[in-house]
Amino acid sequence: MSTNIPKDITDTSGGQAENNKSSVELKTPKPGYKLFKTKSWQVFIEGLWHNNPIFGMVLGLCSTLAVTNLMKNALVMSLAVTAVLILNSAIISVMRSVIPERVRMITYMLVISTLVITVDKFLKIFVPDISSALGPYVALIITNCILMGRAEAFAINNPVKISVVDAFGVGLGYTFSLMSIALFRELLGFGSIFGYRIIPENISTLSLFSIPPGAFFALGVFILVINAVKKETAKK
Amino acid sequence: MRVALILFASILTSNIALTYFLGMCPFVTMSKNIEVAIGMGLAVTFVMTVTATVNWIINTYILIPYHLDFLQFLVFIITIATIVQIIEIAIDRFLPALYHSFGIFLPLITVNCAILGISLFMVLRNYSFRETIFYSFGSGVGWLLAIVTIGGLRKRLIFSDPPENFGKAGITAILAGIMALAFIGFTGVASL
Repeated sequence: MSTNIPKDITDTSGGQAENNKSSVELKTPKPGYKLFKTKSWQVFIEGLWHNNPIFGMVLGLCSTLAVTNLMKNALVMSLAVTAVLILNSAIISVMRSVIPERVRMITYMLVISTLVITVDKFLKIFVPDISSALGPYVALIITNCILMGRAEAFAINNPVKISVVDAFGVGLGYTFSLMSIALFRELLGFGSIFGYRIIPENISTLSLFSIPPGAFFALGVFILVINAVKKETAKK
Repeated sequence: MRVALILFASILTSNIALTYFLGMCPFVTMSKNIEVAIGMGLAVTFVMTVTATVNWIINTYILIPYHLDFLQFLVFIITIATIVQIIEIAIDRFLPALYHSFGIFLPLITVNCAILGISLFMVLRNYSFRETIFYSFGSGVGWLLAIVTIGGLRKRLIFSDPPENFGKAGITAILAGIMALAFIGFTGVASL
């Protein structure tokens, strides 16, 4: 659902996608497969890893902490954010020449609010139980800094195709972070994965990880692990 | 009595920063300095009380009678943006000294998820007008308390030596976790 719609928009204005001055600094491509040399791939990896919203830029923490007690909730939330992110980037990018500079912030906000209302209604109809478990956090996607950030830092200066790729990369990075934290919290807090009990019943679980303070600890440990991995890869 | 309970619970046991994780971005980025934290906290408390009250009036007397409640998110965020602008202009015009101390925080507040979050919780929990005022004020005070406390704790980090890989955000998350544990200790008294 999330990837099909923007593709149509990309096709209609794909002509201007090439030879446009980009606002991102791209590193020289490493030798390898042809796919890995393309600019889209570079932008995608940049969004997924270096500009990862959670551990790279430390944005959008509210939802990260609140919905990661169960993997089911985290998955629905990250899909919702990714969908809004891609659609928002596509819309802002299409309209980038007609948005007056002075009112661009309020434009982002109105586009994002409209998309979030749509996503919220969609979730209420198709997954009502998860929608009520997420509570106000779906609506709070409106004030999620990741969306405004990507619109302002990327979509407003770049053609549609590359903006959608960037949004997809950032969305996937957000999904990866949320799912990792949720896996950790659900396994320790409830002893299960996606609701299926993994740890035997007679072993008691650490319920600390299913309550709010556990979310902070899980996030702290997650950032610690990622930074250690980053350091290791930088050494190589 | 119920009002007093809401006030107590929103400040301590159901603290919006530590239990509901609202307003986390400024909580991490603006808690390095206590003066900045106090300014931001006061601005949030003030704006939160005003916007929640106005949103309650709009929701009860306009949106619900005309069956426009599907527009809630859109209307709430527009109201918040407008009110923040008006407050900024008014403070700049009438209280220039105050503007210099906390005016710079006002534009940031529009995208603070705690402000919108309070309006959404107020709708979800069907609060009355009086309850909304106490809930939004209490939540603001709770947020102020949380950000000032973590500001003080982070100052102490100068003297300690946490693992380097935690970075600034990681160690702040751990500190917030320990604080949240302390706040949760009040849950037996009252919670929302």
